[in-house]
Amino acid sequence: MKILVPVKRVIDYNVKPRVKADGSGVDLANVKMSMNPFDEIAVEEAIRLKEKGAASEIVAVSVGPAKAQETLRTALAMGADRAVLVQVEDGTEVEPLAVAKILKAVAAEEAPGLVICGKQAIDDDSNQVGQMLAALLGRPQGTFASAVSVEGDAVVVTREVDGGLETVRLALPAIVTTDLRLNEPRYASLPNIMKAKSKPLAVKSPADYGVDVAPRLKTLKVSEPPVRSAGIKVPDVDTLVAKLKEMGVA
Amino acid sequence: MKTLVWVEHDNASVKDATLAAVTAAGQLGEVTALVAGAGCDGAAAAAAQIAGVAGVLKADDAAYANALAENVAPLIVALMADYDAFVAPATSHGKNIAPRVAALLDVMQVSEVLSIEGPRTFTRPTYAGNAIATVESTDAKLVLTVRGTAFAKAAASGGSAPVTAAAATGDAGLSSFVGAEIAKSERPELGSAKVIVSGGRALKDAQTFQDLIFPLADKLGAGVGASRAAVDAGYVPNDYQVGQTGKIVAPEVYVAVGISGAIQHLAGMKDSKTIVAINKDEDAPIFQVADIGLVGDLFAIVPELTEKL
Ligand SMILES: Cc1cc2nc3c(=O)[nH]c(=O)nc-3n(C[C@H](O)[C@H](O)[C@H](O)COP(=O)(O)OP(=O)(O)OC[C@H]3O[C@@H](n4cnc5c(N)ncnc54)[C@H](O)[C@@H]3O)c2cc1C
Ligand SMILES: Nc1ncnc2c1ncn2[C@@H]1O[C@H](COP(=O)(O)O)[C@@H](O)[C@H]1O
Repeated sequence: MKILVPVKRVIDYNVKPRVKADGSGVDLANVKMSMNPFDEIAVEEAIRLKEKGAASEIVAVSVGPAKAQETLRTALAMGADRAVLVQVEDGTEVEPLAVAKILKAVAAEEAPGLVICGKQAIDDDSNQVGQMLAALLGRPQGTFASAVSVEGDAVVVTREVDGGLETVRLALPAIVTTDLRLNEPRYASLPNIMKAKSKPLAVKSPADYGVDVAPRLKTLKVSEPPVRSAGIKVPDVDTLVAKLKEMGVA
Repeated sequence: MKTLVWVEHDNASVKDATLAAVTAAGQLGEVTALVAGAGCDGAAAAAAQIAGVAGVLKADDAAYANALAENVAPLIVALMADYDAFVAPATSHGKNIAPRVAALLDVMQVSEVLSIEGPRTFTRPTYAGNAIATVESTDAKLVLTVRGTAFAKAAASGGSAPVTAAAATGDAGLSSFVGAEIAKSERPELGSAKVIVSGGRALKDAQTFQDLIFPLADKLGAGVGASRAAVDAGYVPNDYQVGQTGKIVAPEVYVAVGISGAIQHLAGMKDSKTIVAINKDEDAPIFQVADIGLVGDLFAIVPELTEKL
């Protein structure tokens, strides 16, 4: 079974994003970029399934600018076998619906048994691509996964839901999206980083797949959230208790 | 505009998150509430009483018992022939189902709507809430998920909408429900609690978390939350996690105990009315958003606080 892992290049999670003064978006110039953390978890899960013998090949795919090659090389260094970059011009943001359409076309070529996405990209915070891809492919979805096991022609997924956990059984091929506790992604070793440089990486364009990436949502403006100003520090528990009583919560 | 709202329910009653979605949908136009379930008469009757709901569609079928997206999305897509907007609360069900519906309708979903600025214009958070985008949809229909803390809850009673049956679309045969481990708690749910006490990595282990955070929460009649670090370390289950990728909360009072205030955590709680932070590091980022801070060792402070309340 082949596993397809979509990975997105995003602002590093340790960087505090800054809104551009002209309200056109978030300033990404000279900002550290990394693989979306949920996608690292997805790559790790694919590798573990391969190590267990449940998968034979892992293909990482990214829709993004030329620099997204770095993200794909990271996936290859972790253990993916091949990569596909669906390249768009620098600065072009491709919305989840268009990403899902491109992934559908890639899936048509690759015929994966499993697609493992992250549950959300930490830049757009959309939480859509996996579900949309499942819809377009007419296949089942196991979102927010904290455990995944392949059992014959099905995959059993434990999902993190509002009240706790739930488990579903999905017919393969299926789409899974990862939650934080699914696994802890490995670091790529130096020899693997070197090896990754010679692994195959194909470059394509959305047009190759016949997908129109024109946005459906017009961004009218991007602004800072209301800032909270720091309040007061109280010297001791008695003062804190008095404050809480003033507010009527105690 | 005619809107169809996804009702989150347990077959007998309607979950609170639905009420905020009804308010949001009401700002767009007439609201029809969709109750899909198995043996969901009680929930349909409850939905009919929500103020602002003009009609209830009840889809009662074994295929909808566990809100499997593979089964409910075709139902919603079929119904959407008669509606202009599909609105779901941004709960785990809503987030699971709505994008599947959107893709089938060839619509780009607007996730976690914070406000409705016009018939097709919305604000939504991006970058862990560090940037608020105003977006306008150019699609023929709208698919929205709504952040529960951003809209007032519609009154759960006072309405008397008619309930009509919707034709079931059957089982897609792609997925099945195996089981669930849903924690039962006497404490208020995070989504509706007036006060929340959350603990972080500093709580050491599950036992210490139990011994310190729970009694304080009991004194305050509070719900209990946690940072990701606390959840990862196994102090409490995953559904306690507050943050960008956990629960979004906005209680009257949020008490953060031994939590540093990473942007991912702040994303989930910084709309709380009053934030209280207890941390031994006076430079911890949590103090930049806290209204009331107390610098010190939580192992001394929390027991004293619990006792004096
Ligand atoms: C993709 C992604 C998503 C994430 N999503 C979330 C999310 O949804 N929610 C979330 O919370 N995190 C999330 N995180 C993790 C986040 O980045 C932080 O790692 C996490 O919030 C830290 O938890 P903490 O504050 O409990 O731990 P720490 O950062 O370790 O802070 C512990 C604090 O306790 C204080 N302390 C220690 N001992 C004492 C004592 N005796 N008395 C008083 N204070 C003490 C310390 O001064 C410190 O400030 C996410 C991370 C990633 C990469
Ligand atoms: N541009 C992209 N290229 C590849 N994968 C993506 C892209 N955007 C989103 N994804 C995948 O979809 C998941 C969810 O993204 P989103 O719906 O944007 O929050 C991510 O974690 C990735 O696995």
